[in-house]
Amino acid sequence: MSYKAKFKIWRGDDQTGELHDYLIEVNEGEVVLDIIHRLQATHAPDLAVRWNCKAGKCGSCSAEINGRPKLLCMTRMSTFTEDEVITVTPLRAFPVIRDLVTDVSFNYKKAREIPSFTPPPGLGPGEYRMKQVDVERSQEFRKCIECFLCQDTCHVIRDHEENKESFAGPRFLMRIAELEMHPLDSADRVREAQDEHGLGYCNITKCCTEVCPEGIKITDNALIPMKERVADRKYDPIVWLGSKLFKREKA
Amino acid sequence: MSQVERHSYDVVVVGAGGAGLRAVIEARQRGLRVAVVCKSLFGKAHTVMAEGGCAASMGNANSNDNWQVHFRDTMRGGKFLNNWRMAELHAREAPDRVWELETYGALFDRTEDGRISQRNFGGHTYPRLAHVGDRTGLELIRTMQQKIVSLQQEDFAETGDYEARIKVFAEVTITELVKDDGRIAGAFGYYRETGRFVLFEAPAVVLATGGIGKSFKVTSNSWEYTGDGHALAMRAGATLINMEFVQFHPTGMVWPPSVKGILVTEGVRGDGGVLKNSEGKRFMFEYVPEVFKGQYAETEEEADRWYTDQENNRRTPDLLPRDEVARAINSEVKAGRGSPHGGVYLDIASRLPAEEIKKRLPSMYHQFKELADVDITAEPMEVGPTCHYVMGGIEVDPDTAAASVPGLFAAGECSGGMHGSNRLGGNSLSDLLVFGRRAGLGAASYVESLESRPTVSQSDVDAAAEMALSPFDPPAEGVEENPYTLQNELQQSMNDLVGIIRKSEEIERALEKLAEIRSRIRNVTVEGHRQFNPGWHLAIDLRNMLMVSECVARAALIRTESRGGHTRDDHPGLDAQWRNKLLVCSAKDDDPVVPGVEVTPKEQLPMRQDLIELFELPELEKYYTEDELGSHPGRTA
Ligand code: SF4
Ligand code: SF4
Ligand code: FES
Repeated sequence: MSYKAKFKIWRGDDQTGELHDYLIEVNEGEVVLDIIHRLQATHAPDLAVRWNCKAGKCGSCSAEINGRPKLLCMTRMSTFTEDEVITVTPLRAFPVIRDLVTDVSFNYKKAREIPSFTPPPGLGPGEYRMKQVDVERSQEFRKCIECFLCQDTCHVIRDHEENKESFAGPRFLMRIAELEMHPLDSADRVREAQDEHGLGYCNITKCCTEVCPEGIKITDNALIPMKERVADRKYDPIVWLGSKLFKREKA
Repeated sequence: MSQVERHSYDVVVVGAGGAGLRAVIEARQRGLRVAVVCKSLFGKAHTVMAEGGCAASMGNANSNDNWQVHFRDTMRGGKFLNNWRMAELHAREAPDRVWELETYGALFDRTEDGRISQRNFGGHTYPRLAHVGDRTGLELIRTMQQKIVSLQQEDFAETGDYEARIKVFAEVTITELVKDDGRIAGAFGYYRETGRFVLFEAPAVVLATGGIGKSFKVTSNSWEYTGDGHALAMRAGATLINMEFVQFHPTGMVWPPSVKGILVTEGVRGDGGVLKNSEGKRFMFEYVPEVFKGQYAETEEEADRWYTDQENNRRTPDLLPRDEVARAINSEVKAGRGSPHGGVYLDIASRLPAEEIKKRLPSMYHQFKELADVDITAEPMEVGPTCHYVMGGIEVDPDTAAASVPGLFAAGECSGGMHGSNRLGGNSLSDLLVFGRRAGLGAASYVESLESRPTVSQSDVDAAAEMALSPFDPPAEGVEENPYTLQNELQQSMNDLVGIIRKSEEIERALEKLAEIRSRIRNVTVEGHRQFNPGWHLAIDLRNMLMVSECVARAALIRTESRGGHTRDDHPGLDAQWRNKLLVCSAKDDDPVVPGVEVTPKEQLPMRQDLIELFELPELEKYYTEDELGSHPGRTA
């Protein structure tokens, strides 16, 4: 069942680097991360890669495989032919630290700029009552494992370093949507989404949705509804307020 | 000497899983300055892997539930070896800790009337686990991560600095605790990214580093689980208890080989999934042990009725505590009734409509589809035991989470006592909330009570730096050892010789192997430089893995009975004489590489009278010695 696969793996640091060729054994049922681990244990003990769970749950092992943002632990070798050359490179939108490891601190900075959940006044712990249908919309977004593949793929920042300052990226625009759709949150982030977090940059190409390993409909369920809220707000604040109060009908 | 970056904090929390984050929140709310040190990126800790839920007797699904019932279930699950005070605090406080998470923004699944929904799990009398589909751990960690961000935002509003009171040091590994005159003075470590050293000067350290699963070949645990907190504590002079009790989760994936060990949530069985052997038989009915007789359904019909009518039926034996189920699977496979890849079948496909499965168990559906090409709505899963959790850990004071070394605290999986010989599913997420908070409080009170701050001596820092760098120097004599090879040998022998079923000759062989690894570990040599070098990181972690493996093996050899997560083929029965005995592990020398381990038995305090009266005498008689039960009202009456 096993064969030798041809890999090209980017190795280097923040200054320089290049693709290295490796010929590595592959066995039945393996994923790309297994091959990287085999390489560490045999040819390249200092090959840097992030990973934790090896089950698609922690979002640590993000990289690009043949130019596509992917989780290394969820990409099965059986999706490639045996003579295909598999190229593994670090996420392009973030600065390289070493080999496949990038500096993703941008994301943690953006996370910190979004106003947090604001508890409803007058409700104590244990008094929260919410309907399942009402929590489901935000729950979809809370499936996010923070792999940042959507951030990596979004063209607004992928090749435009200059936009990073004013654009939170799909993951954190979705976080705003999540809080806005939380049945008991009492803050308002709509105007900020547009003015400070760059919702307007998004032209709904849906590339983020396509790469999301959790299958979250980022564009359709988070970004477009947020854009609608912004548009409604601009048009008529009273209508917007109504739509927030009676959002179930709208959903 | 090497450059060392220095920081000064009131409290350093090592580990950013659930217990660590909850400790941070508490200490910060007491006004202290806190550093959080995590081995991975922030929000990636192993807690994200917890699937099923968080046990708390809120009584939303069945109003008969209360803390006493939860306490009883926990003590039964642990075969009455638990630290009863911890089990009591845990059962009493868990509901408040869960409700509190809602005020941080958590969104649990709901009941019809809008409360937090609760699901069934092995060993819990009533549906008790607050959950979010099968990704409850992710919800907990994200919620607390976001709570910490919100506290940082408050600090920013007040001081203009997000990191005025809480700073996260991501991808930093602590290699040594530093003391001053017997008290904790700080923690020393390195940045994975650069390999540069960092010293945290702090009078209090909370260890929340999780478990030791990486010492075993087949495990559901991530690479981080190398027993760091356990080993750091021992090297600092603290003690570990219950290390012989290791939980093998009954249902890990068995195929393909590269994912062997990855967890299949107990929620599958809680929601109706059943275990079957290769003959299609639901074999768990044959494996209800004496102590649980009468508490579980005896026919398939009764078991199936139980899912909808819990008042009039008993639960399915598929939901026995984990140790029982793991042993049963092991026996079926040994008897030749296993599945093609050496497990048994877990069938939910024939029990629930496809849509319902996808809705209740989305990540399991996804996991099998992506990793094994198996559609769990159409065919059964193949599952087998995997090393999942260590009941043993740092011996702490139940109320304050303080270890025996002043200034040292521990919570979550790296602490010991709470779960006795076996942990119930769902009790770890609640454990880390309850005791994470208590550790944060304990550390805060300790710091506030200090009259003078300890100081770190330069010679300790130099020694720690030298130790950490030693794998870069080729050995003066003997062959260079590869850390990956040693790790592999260690995992294989622990798995084969101190695994789910143990016997004395095998444990002795494991100890010989560990002694050999101990002599070879000094020659571990790594290539490359200090920047993000996984070979070097492993060389450092390996010392911890070896030390905790020795604790497990030594304690396992001494305990000549079978109980919970410790099964001796040569001593198959529960022995009441052992129930009250703890095996305490401590470092017996100060070998800087890996100190030797010494194990001494010790008696636990007898359970408080009002708690022991929560149990009926006939049940206690199955576990206790005659002498111990003299004062029970059932006996005196
Ligand atoms: S839909 Fe918007 S956020 Fe998503 S990739 Fe396209 S531009 Fe970026
Ligand atoms: S939204 Fe999806 S792609 Fe983006 S970070 Fe979250 S899980 Fe990853
Ligand atoms: S290692 Fe966790 S998502 Fe890949």
